[in-house]
Amino acid sequence: MTDIHDTRPHMPLGLAQRGYTGVIQHLSAKDAGSALSDIELESRLIELGFVEGARVEVLHEGLVGRDPIAVRVDSITIAVRRREAMAIIVA
Amino acid sequence: MELPQLHLALVGTPNSGKTSLFNALTGSRQKVANYPGVTVERKEGFFVTPLGRQVSVVDLPGTYSLRGRSPDEEITRDFVLGKASGETAPDLILCVADSTNLRLTIRLLLELKRTGRPMVLVLNMFDIASRRGITVDVERLANELGVPVVTSIAVRKGGTADLLALTDEISAKLAAEPGENNWRVLSVAELRATQREADRIIADCVSLPSRPDTWTARIDAIVLHPVGGLIVLAAILFVMFQAVFAWAQPLMELLNSGFDSLGEFVHATLPAGLLQSFLQNGVISGVGSVIVFLPQIIIIFLFILLLEDFGYMARAAFLMDRIMGGAGLHGRAFIPLLSSFACAIPGIMATRVIDNKRDRLTTILIAPLMTCSARIPVYTLIISAFIPAKDVWGFINLQGLVMFGLYAAGIISALAVSFLIKFFMLRDYAPAPFMLELPDYKMPRLKSIAIGVYTRAKMFLHRAGTTIFSMMVLIWFLASFPQPPVGATEPAIDFSLAAIIGKALAPLLAPVGFNWQIAVALIPGMAAREVAVAALGTVYAIEGGKEAAEQIGQVLATKWSLATALSMLAWYIFAPQCASTLAVIRRETGSWTWMAVTFAYMLVLAYAASLLTYNVAVAFGAG
Repeated sequence: MTDIHDTRPHMPLGLAQRGYTGVIQHLSAKDAGSALSDIELESRLIELGFVEGARVEVLHEGLVGRDPIAVRVDSITIAVRRREAMAIIVA
Repeated sequence: MELPQLHLALVGTPNSGKTSLFNALTGSRQKVANYPGVTVERKEGFFVTPLGRQVSVVDLPGTYSLRGRSPDEEITRDFVLGKASGETAPDLILCVADSTNLRLTIRLLLELKRTGRPMVLVLNMFDIASRRGITVDVERLANELGVPVVTSIAVRKGGTADLLALTDEISAKLAAEPGENNWRVLSVAELRATQREADRIIADCVSLPSRPDTWTARIDAIVLHPVGGLIVLAAILFVMFQAVFAWAQPLMELLNSGFDSLGEFVHATLPAGLLQSFLQNGVISGVGSVIVFLPQIIIIFLFILLLEDFGYMARAAFLMDRIMGGAGLHGRAFIPLLSSFACAIPGIMATRVIDNKRDRLTTILIAPLMTCSARIPVYTLIISAFIPAKDVWGFINLQGLVMFGLYAAGIISALAVSFLIKFFMLRDYAPAPFMLELPDYKMPRLKSIAIGVYTRAKMFLHRAGTTIFSMMVLIWFLASFPQPPVGATEPAIDFSLAAIIGKALAPLLAPVGFNWQIAVALIPGMAAREVAVAALGTVYAIEGGKEAAEQIGQVLATKWSLATALSMLAWYIFAPQCASTLAVIRRETGSWTWMAVTFAYMLVLAYAASLLTYNVAVAFGAG
């Protein structure tokens, strides 16, 4: 499968600007610096639909520090802080 | 032959329309209580199927999985597994899905299947999905999932007919023994696998929308704009408070004059004496002074439920997350704190949506600082008696300004306390994650909201009829007995138990400018803050004669100095005395310590604020 997303550099969703669209490559909870344990953070992200291959788009940003962000994940919208979004690696 | 009662349980993700389905099935035949040992609201309702089978249905708290990471989610897990104490396992689980958004529910359903319980998937809001061009191959979906699938439109009359028919059909052939329970906490790999499986099934059975929901995107473009969104939020809050204070006024005056006429009727009909005094001063003016707030309670819950149903509450939390984060609060604390403006009790109970213990504790501790509606009568009474109704700067009403100032003082002190808690007590604390689904906007379902408001109003009236009524009887008794000796010239109340208690407490409260009548009124105010007004009314009525109760405001204006009045207002910003709130705090935190901490810190703040206000006012010559 050739997709432009395969050739783009990988980056954490936590650094994405408003309007960014991409595809989730993998989850990497240990780099996120969240208060949750790695397993807990990863479990929660999966339960909210953040799985490999899902299309994401950053729809909105908060006022203070552009945080949190509202992310379209396939067919739903999830609000998440950038700190936790660091665990979601996209391209 | 009578068919045995069937027990159903509704399970679904948050925003799946579970509650509106619950309301559609049961109407007003609902019972709201708590699960034993925890303050998770247990909502049970009843209905009869077309074949005449009695059905009880429990609306379980929304969850994305059975892992149970908050008290709510633990209840859902234990209930489904049949492990909840004092509960029978459900005969049939209705897994409720928002048809426009199946991903997360199908994953949850695959996990639920492992429990071996008989289950049905209910595709709710099917009309919205059809309108958006989503088509679901229901038969294929049922085959793939291995459970019956039925569509429903909870908001439409007859929209649950298929579900009712299916319930009859299934209950007729329910196996005596459910399947084997193979559920255990899923590993990350298993979670991922079930989500993949769910996505595959959806790809096979559901054709995705050709017309995405543009309304949600359009509304969010304004409502979630970093600056515009906050302006919209402020405007909504402004309208809400305007409604609570201005729109409720005519209704409240109507209720007020109704109780007054009733009191006068009793006064005119019965011979003067204890019974007349008891009915007029104790029962009618006491309970009446509380029931008068019913319009405000209804309006504030109407707003909260409307915004919740529309899908706005999650947006409010999104907007407020970082702003409240500065004071050490979680975005999700916004909704509980907003509810606390109606009453701290539902507010504190609503903190259970915060799954981090420390965030939840902080929110619980400051929720009583939000100006609850029970303080409104105290504020209104004192403001109308002491603050002139003149305009400042031409257009702002001074009374309104003082009211606004009292609200602002409550909010500011709440933020300050939260900040201090973060700084001193919970120092080694990393901020909890904020992860929240922002559901698509939906037209609020009026019937569902009406049922919600009705349930809350009933709870409020129940409280007025029990706790507050008994407190009023007690205060009347204390203020009336012992009776004065024959030939006494002083007012009757000077001989009563109330005067004895009040005068004993008075030296403690003298530095803040409170007299013994206020000290008496603060005691029954423990039952509910608003009772203090009724108690003042009773105390001054029995002291001054029968007619005085109606003009309590005028009586206060002659008996209190301005400094005392201001001191009383300052006291009520903090007003630690509300037994029901303290009881809820004990239950929610599961600890007497936190209850004591709340009481103590609020008492200290109240005393300090009153002391300061009184002395400053006296220094300016208002004593």
